[in-house]
Amino acid sequence: MMNAEPVDEADLHAYVDGRLEPARYAAVEAYLEANPTERQRLADYRAIDAELHRLFDPALNEPVPASLRLPPMRRWTTAPVWLARAAAAAGFMLFGGALGWFAHERVQQPLVADRAFVRQALAAHVVYVPEVRHPVEVDAGQQQHLVAWLSKRLGTAIRAPALESLGFQLLGGRLLPADGKPAAQFMYQDAGGRRLTLYVRGLADNRDTAFRFAEQDGIGAFYWVDGDLAYALIGDLDRPSLDQAAHAVYRQLNP
Amino acid sequence: MADFAQLVTEQIPRLRRYARALVGAQRADDLVQDCLERAWSRRRLWDGQGELRAWLFTILHNLYVNDVRRQASSPALESLPEEEPPALAPSRHEAALDLRDLQRALDHLSPEQREVLLLVGLEQLDYAETATVLNVPLGTVMSRLARAREALRRVLREPPRARLRRVK
Repeated sequence: MMNAEPVDEADLHAYVDGRLEPARYAAVEAYLEANPTERQRLADYRAIDAELHRLFDPALNEPVPASLRLPPMRRWTTAPVWLARAAAAAGFMLFGGALGWFAHERVQQPLVADRAFVRQALAAHVVYVPEVRHPVEVDAGQQQHLVAWLSKRLGTAIRAPALESLGFQLLGGRLLPADGKPAAQFMYQDAGGRRLTLYVRGLADNRDTAFRFAEQDGIGAFYWVDGDLAYALIGDLDRPSLDQAAHAVYRQLNP
Repeated sequence: MADFAQLVTEQIPRLRRYARALVGAQRADDLVQDCLERAWSRRRLWDGQGELRAWLFTILHNLYVNDVRRQASSPALESLPEEEPPALAPSRHEAALDLRDLQRALDHLSPEQREVLLLVGLEQLDYAETATVLNVPLGTVMSRLARAREALRRVLREPPRARLRRVK
């Protein structure tokens, strides 16, 4: 038997963290199938992680105070605290806005989709977004399974980012073909019925991580490549909203 | 070195998030500032190849450890429960996890457990990176992670007395 090694505690944590080797998924899934209390325990661990993000992720979005700059200024130890604070505040006005950490990479004018994976992502978006009854293969009710399944098929741990803060709920996802390899599509919907898709596929030998925008037939796509995964977030939204959603996705995937 | 400054600057939000979860909002920025100063003074030691984020977290960790040692007389840090948390009594009707107290529950963890939990669960470093940052073996990362998660789960299921008012 392959994978006959018993499931241990490290496997379970790797499962929670999306770091389980694909070859071990089946064994862990079988173990959890037979042990519902263990499944609950892992769900609790995930809930703790999610709450950590809810509590502390706001720190990612705050403007960075001027005191935390490089090269660092020697701390003003002899000056009264209020003076240091005033200086910091003044510095902040000049400096605070400059820290969007990929603003410098953003291309200002809309581009045509110059990358194959973006065209594939747009095509998948156009095909599945109008679906009323079957927009997704696996719905968000089985999110854990969905993510595990797509991770397994892509051969790397992927996640479905949470976009509730922007009013978008995860509907679910599906597996798609892309040049003979698997790709994943997650679909989101807001209360007004607007839909977003996040397309993820593997892309070998690519170090490009620029954050780009493309537009095709009125549908906008933000896309980027991170390590060996390519992402495209697509929606029929105004560009600032889509930009905001793309930033939220990017931050969650690159915390 | 312009690149170095830029790369480090990009990591500041993450360093702040980690520091805030680790030592609280009041002390977090001091810790991050110390980390940045030290990183800057040692910038020639960074080989330009490795994962900069892990390098920065390593510096921050070392500063944090010194900080913890300095305050070792503080009672909050003396009770370091490195032992296994008592197993949960198996029950079919376990209380649901109440996450509202998570921030306070973090205080129940030893600094070592808290760091592993935050690096893995919040910062999403992989286990090997976490082991590098903390300068401990991989197995220690895994056992601390397991203990931290189970201890938190226990605390969040058996909440402080305040909860009793709501239940009864």
